[in-house]
Amino acid sequence: MPPPRHPFRAGFRDCLPFVLIVIPFSTLFGVVARDAGLDLLQVMSMSVIVIAGASQFTALALLQDGAPVFVALLAALAVNLRMAMYSAALVPHLGAAPLGARALAAYLMVDQSFAVAVRRYEDSPEMTLSQKLRYYFGCMAVVCPIWYGCTLAGALMGQAIPASLSLDFAVPVCFIALLAPLLRSLPHLLAALVSSVVTIGFAWLPWNLGLPIAAMAAMVAGAQAELFLRRRAARRAECPA
Amino acid sequence: MIGTFEFWSLTLALGFGTFLIRFSFLGLLGGRQLPDWLLLHLKYVGVAVFPALIVPAVLWPAATGGETQLPRVIAALAAVAAGLRFGPVGAIVAGLAVLYGAQALS
Repeated sequence: MPPPRHPFRAGFRDCLPFVLIVIPFSTLFGVVARDAGLDLLQVMSMSVIVIAGASQFTALALLQDGAPVFVALLAALAVNLRMAMYSAALVPHLGAAPLGARALAAYLMVDQSFAVAVRRYEDSPEMTLSQKLRYYFGCMAVVCPIWYGCTLAGALMGQAIPASLSLDFAVPVCFIALLAPLLRSLPHLLAALVSSVVTIGFAWLPWNLGLPIAAMAAMVAGAQAELFLRRRAARRAECPA
Repeated sequence: MIGTFEFWSLTLALGFGTFLIRFSFLGLLGGRQLPDWLLLHLKYVGVAVFPALIVPAVLWPAATGGETQLPRVIAALAAVAAGLRFGPVGAIVAGLAVLYGAQALS
C-alpha cells in the first residue's frame, strides 16, 4: 500500500470505527467513578493523568473493595504491562523521533489506536518517520478527545442513573469486551481458563492477592502451552508420519 | 467510600507508572531487546489479568453484598460469547441486554 498523502487525516479516518468502543467505555468510567463517590475533579484527573481505561476500572474497583493502595496500584499496573509490548513494537517505527514526540506518543498509547497504527506501518513500509508520526497522532486525535469528553459526560449524568440499572455490572462487561478479542489461540484460551480457576481457588486470600497469583500462573500456562505447541510442530516437521 | 489521600496517591502513582511502562522501550531503553522468555510471558498479560478481574466481579458482586445471582452469571457468559463472535461492542451490548432481560424475568 502506498504511503497516505495526508497521514494525519488517514490515521484519523482509520481509527474512526473504534469510537464505537471508546464512547461507551469512557462514559461508563465516568458513571462508575461518580457512583464510587469520586467528585468531578477526581474523575477527570484520573482519566487525564492515567488515560488507560481498564487499569482505571481496576484501581477503582479494588479501592472501593477496601484493598490497600499498593495492592490496587500493583493490580492496575499489571493490567497496563501489556503496553510495554506496544512500546517495544513501536520502536522500529517511531524510535528515531525526537524525545518530545516519543514522550507524547507514549502518553497517548492506547490499545485500539496502537493496533491500527502498527498495522498501517506494516502495510506501507515506505512511510517516512514524519508520515508515521502524523499518522499516529491522527489516530490519537480520534481516541483522546472522546476519552476525555465522554468521561466528563458520564460523570455529569452519573447520578441521574438509578441503582436498579445495575451499572456496576458494566465493569466486568467492559473487561469481557477487552478480553474476548485476545482469545485468539489455544494458549490464550488456556491462560484465561487457568486465571479463572486460580482466581476462584484463591478467592479466600485478603486484599485481592489472588489476582497476582492467578495472573502469574496464567502467564506461565500460556507461555508453556505455546512452547509445547511449537515443539510439537517442530517434531512433526522433522519426521512427517 | 474512597478516601481522598488514597485516591490521589493511587492516581498519581498509577499515572506515573503507566507512563513509564508506555515510555519504556520507546524512550528510556532505546531499541534494546527484551529477553525472549519475558516477551513470551508478556504476550499473555491480557488474558491472564482480565479473567482474574472478571470472575470475582461476576460471581460475588459488591452490589449484591457478595451474593451470587444467576442473571449476572448468564449475562457474563452471553457477553463472552458475543465478544468472541462480534467483538468488543457486541460484548458490551449483549452483556447489558441479557442482564436486564434476565432481571426482568426473574
